[in-house]
Amino acid sequence: MLDDKDRIFQNIYGLKDTSLAGAKAVGDWDGTKDLIKKGREWIVDEMKASGLRGRGGAGFSTGMKWSFMPKESGGRPVFLVINADEGEPGTCKDREILRNEPHKLVEGALLASVGIGAGAAYVYVRGEFLREAEALQRAVDEAYADGLIGKNACGSGYDFDMYVQLGAGAYICGEESALIQSLEGKKGQPRLKPPFPANVGLYGCPTTVNNVESIAVAPTILRRGATWFTSFGRENNSGTKLFCISGHVNTPCTVEESMSIPLKELIETHAGGVQGGWDNLLAIIPGGCSVPMLPRNICETVLMDFDGLSEVKSGLGTAAVIVMDKSTDLVSAIARFSHFYSHESCGQCTPCREGTGWMARMMDRMVKGEMTIDEIDLLEQVTKQVEGHTICALGDAAAWPIQGLLRHFRPEIERRLENRQSIDSGKAA
Amino acid sequence: MSTDEKTIEQPVSFEFSDENREKIKAQLAKYPKGKQASGVMPLLDLAQRQSGGWLPRAAMDHVAEVLDMAPIRVYEVATFYTMYNLKPIGDHHVQVCTNVPCWLRGSDNVVSACRKKLGIEFGETTEDGKFTLSEVECQGACVNAPMVLIGDDFYEDLDEGSMAAILDELQGGGTPTPGPQNDRKGCEPLGGLTSLKDQKGDG
Amino acid sequence: MPTLTIDGIEVEVEAGLTVLQACEQAGIEIPRFCYHERLSVAGNCRMCLVEMERAPKPVASCAMPVGDGMVITTNSPAVKKMREGVMEFLLINHPLDCPICDQGGECDLQDQALGYGLDRSRYTEQKRAVKDKDLGPLIGTEMTRCIHCTRCIRFSSEVAGVPEMGATGRGEHMEVGTYIEKALTSELSGNMIDLCPVGALTSKPYAFSARPWELKKTESIDVMDAVGTAIRVDTRGPEVMRVLPRLNEDVNEEWISDKGRFACDGLKRQRLDTPYVRRDGALQPATWDDAFAAIAENLKGQDGSSFAAIAGDMACVESMTALKNLSEALGSNNTDCRADGAALDAGTRAGYLFNTTIAGIDDSDACLIIGSNPRREAPVINARIRKRYLMGGFKAGLVGESVDLTYACDNLGAGVETLNEILEGKHAFSKVLKNAKKPMLILGQGALMRSDGAAVLGLARKLAEAYDMVTDGWNGFNVLHTAAARVGGLDIGFVPSKGGLDVAGILDGAVSGKIKTVYLLGADEIDTSKLANAFVIYQGHHGDAGAHAADVVLPGAAYTEKNATYVNTEGRIQHTRLAVFPPGDAREDWTIIRALSDVLGKTLPCNSLDDVRSRMAAMNPVFGGEELVTAEWGTFGSDGAIESGGFASCIETYYMTDPISRNSETMARCIRALYGDSEGKTGTDG
Repeated sequence: MLDDKDRIFQNIYGLKDTSLAGAKAVGDWDGTKDLIKKGREWIVDEMKASGLRGRGGAGFSTGMKWSFMPKESGGRPVFLVINADEGEPGTCKDREILRNEPHKLVEGALLASVGIGAGAAYVYVRGEFLREAEALQRAVDEAYADGLIGKNACGSGYDFDMYVQLGAGAYICGEESALIQSLEGKKGQPRLKPPFPANVGLYGCPTTVNNVESIAVAPTILRRGATWFTSFGRENNSGTKLFCISGHVNTPCTVEESMSIPLKELIETHAGGVQGGWDNLLAIIPGGCSVPMLPRNICETVLMDFDGLSEVKSGLGTAAVIVMDKSTDLVSAIARFSHFYSHESCGQCTPCREGTGWMARMMDRMVKGEMTIDEIDLLEQVTKQVEGHTICALGDAAAWPIQGLLRHFRPEIERRLENRQSIDSGKAA
Repeated sequence: MSTDEKTIEQPVSFEFSDENREKIKAQLAKYPKGKQASGVMPLLDLAQRQSGGWLPRAAMDHVAEVLDMAPIRVYEVATFYTMYNLKPIGDHHVQVCTNVPCWLRGSDNVVSACRKKLGIEFGETTEDGKFTLSEVECQGACVNAPMVLIGDDFYEDLDEGSMAAILDELQGGGTPTPGPQNDRKGCEPLGGLTSLKDQKGDG
Repeated sequence: MPTLTIDGIEVEVEAGLTVLQACEQAGIEIPRFCYHERLSVAGNCRMCLVEMERAPKPVASCAMPVGDGMVITTNSPAVKKMREGVMEFLLINHPLDCPICDQGGECDLQDQALGYGLDRSRYTEQKRAVKDKDLGPLIGTEMTRCIHCTRCIRFSSEVAGVPEMGATGRGEHMEVGTYIEKALTSELSGNMIDLCPVGALTSKPYAFSARPWELKKTESIDVMDAVGTAIRVDTRGPEVMRVLPRLNEDVNEEWISDKGRFACDGLKRQRLDTPYVRRDGALQPATWDDAFAAIAENLKGQDGSSFAAIAGDMACVESMTALKNLSEALGSNNTDCRADGAALDAGTRAGYLFNTTIAGIDDSDACLIIGSNPRREAPVINARIRKRYLMGGFKAGLVGESVDLTYACDNLGAGVETLNEILEGKHAFSKVLKNAKKPMLILGQGALMRSDGAAVLGLARKLAEAYDMVTDGWNGFNVLHTAAARVGGLDIGFVPSKGGLDVAGILDGAVSGKIKTVYLLGADEIDTSKLANAFVIYQGHHGDAGAHAADVVLPGAAYTEKNATYVNTEGRIQHTRLAVFPPGDAREDWTIIRALSDVLGKTLPCNSLDDVRSRMAAMNPVFGGEELVTAEWGTFGSDGAIESGGFASCIETYYMTDPISRNSETMARCIRALYGDSEGKTGTDG
């Protein structure tokens, strides 16, 4: 288990003072000026060396992403956009950073902006997080008042502005280019890539979009050093990470742990174990609803990191662990997700707009047992027809949970359909 | 526009209040020159609040005018995001999350508490105009499931009883305390910290 | 130039192209719905997916820029499967109502389903139904058929510049429309019908009236304005069913104005299908012989100088040539084609042409518009100016009424004072023109129709010269005409010769008795009340103002009913083609004048269309040469005083400007939809 002294988020539960004074007391804003003075290259190199992989779900190297930003912007402004549109079912970590550790985000935004050469950062907070956005705005105001950001931030000579913008209810805005569209005052419909945001982002300017957690951990990484960060987790999966454990556990919670912690240990140590005991476990979705579920036997040993979960055809995603015990109707659970994706599809591209609705309707029939066994294959083909063919990853995310269900629980589903059909034929007779 | 939305009696005109005008000025200062369209969502939110929780067409048109946008671009935004209500709603907008993390922890009971107490289904408003009940997607408080969003506040760690109690209090004109309705402060494990143990939890 | 491999074939293409365009160059067909070369790339239909080496996922070829060394596969089983998949998705919620769909037979979805789709649907769920939208009198909707390609939305905001269409809602509930259900106000809206790849947006007036395979297609030219838009006239039997644009990159690209497309129902109403002679105060049907005899009777003993001829806005060059020759033979110098009284100078061709050419607008970097509303007067040209504006580095300014031209255009002032300030370098726009490399000005008929029109023309010439608008290889002086007949008329010199009277003189002469006979060749846009004392011959196709004032009516052919020459505002010589025969006893116009000349004993020496065209070439060599030639610069206009007072556009109501559109029910519906309710509304309504 991770030592408390190695936890980046010392006030993630908000049990201490969340104001600037409180933040400073746990080490935020300590020597920020010196970090800025070390310069853009040092910051990017250190972040690269830390091996931090984006905490928003895709897991792309944060330092690498920063290094893609043009060294010369040709007179165009450069922006950092922070994705606080947290909405992946199961995920509620950024919320805690926003309301309890906002200064980590503000300081991180400053340092990241130095790293990418940005003069301003916009934080796009999902509309429902009004209270969280207010907490962040308080921290931004405090930082301005204290000279930590604004003109000559921290006395470093670097000018930096930070703005908080609220969304209004659209999961898709968590996709970086949809988020940029939304920030520009449009519908949140993902853009085609290329061009990538690093070249043509917010207002057509070079832009980096990072998740809240990725930005909030940056100051500590830079202060304590890349090697400190890489001392946690396996190679290529380094660092600490906030995990959200929800569903059928005794004590659901969000907790910072070392990457690569065994899933079972995570649940038993922090979430009070599975309700009714480990043997009562049916399946776990390890990284938010977009990643395929894992049956108990895999959960037994799997490590909570990018590589470990991808080896078992799932993913770390946002590290939102949704635990389902044997009382769960998995088909209903996945059907609920299918409705979610259909509801959240932006409607722009054909496979997602049409496919998510089709999948949801078929899942409904599967729930009711009103489906032939052949149609399971059709459902799987439809997921394949959506996957990989859409503008953004929402199509994939809609396909994978169903694929995970079919991969691990097909016999159960077939039994369910057969039972239903025998009931029906019994009725008919 | 759905038939529903068309049959609504739409106010003739809309103007931002002086107070909101000031807020708009501050809001638009956040964006580079010429990029005032970025303010469309915050302005629609202000307009919605000023109009009692919903967005009349006149308000959308006014926002378009203020931001020098084509009205259709504003309609697109207003119909894309779920937090804009295009028809009037009750004083208290009770939005119940029924996504899987909430469902696993009993959102069905929360829903039934609402139905019983309010006597309405999702998408309906009580006759006295006090409550509107909606089903919503994940609100991002999954370790505090099940939860509802009422107005601007989250009510978490609910069960049938606590949900009913909250509605009772609202009905009586009170303001229930937001947050977890059990013994914890936030997202820490109930019954004792497993990390950061030097910090005294309330629970 | 990057080289890429497509299906094993190496192709070298221009940098900046997309993979889809490169495939086309390599002769490989890529199916698509949302992609359209004149609209921004949306990449949303996903029909054009191809495989790209080293890419983890298939790529949308319409949006992927070519790169050197790219390896693209479009013919693999995987690509075939993708296309089948996308087709299936597009069809699951598309109604199977092709038998009752107007798009049937010319539907991209039908064609591509046949080429790339599966032969059956596996979708057994409830299909989506979408409420139809009211977009006004021109576009009918069947929104359940919409495949959300967003072409119409992109057209309205990009090309038309009137952003009224949008997609509201999201996911499978996303709906294309205006949201508030109002008639579209763009003058180019009908193009969305052509752009719609399915039967979601169809022509409302044409609804359920014909199938494409029943139609005879005739390539022709639009004469509803002076743009010379290339059109295709679709006919069934004796009836014009619809007008569609044809591609002409130099003129209209692939667009057409709504009047050009939709006014064609006016060809079926109030037609003159037999000659008439006024007897006992009323026009009575007559035979050709009777009509000609009545004219001959009237002219007997009259001096040629008391004869006058006015050519209207839709007259073809052939008929004007014949009438000009007949007038001369009768000894009259009183001929004028400038029915609106515009002070155009037929002496210098560059002085009445849109010299920059329409395509040339693309090269300009500043534009001064004087007394014109190009959006109403020539919507297609206005769209070209907008296109130039969107390319950036272009400034436009307007002297005249303040109007929304769909692009940024500063209102510089109302009238002559402003022009003088600009000329003297005292106006802010002077600097814009001075700094421009290829400045242009557009002079509208509104500025020339005034009594001081010649002086305005002269001032405009001076402006063009002062700001180096006329240099080697560039002529930025442009007259924007609204009448299809005008340039052709000026080209053959259908203006007063040697002391002859112009339109105003003819009308005044008719009042005073100096002019005894007036021959109106489709001239309706004049003050016919002044003709009461004169013997009026009206030759034309509609029973409009001119016919009502006439003593003899000679039924002519509309533009869809004759092989005729029109010269557009650029000076481009083009030909309409006979798509249907003129109704009843109506005849091709030049033949009427030829026949009359015989009766009058002044037989014109032309017995065929070729003869007439030779006459035209003899009168002006441009008719014997290329379609478009550069005109020599010269001196034109006058130095006279100009009155103060602002310039106004010559067109008030876009939808009705001529006998055809005035008789079009569709155009009348447009007017009712856009302006109709505003009159009846009271304060309590709103």
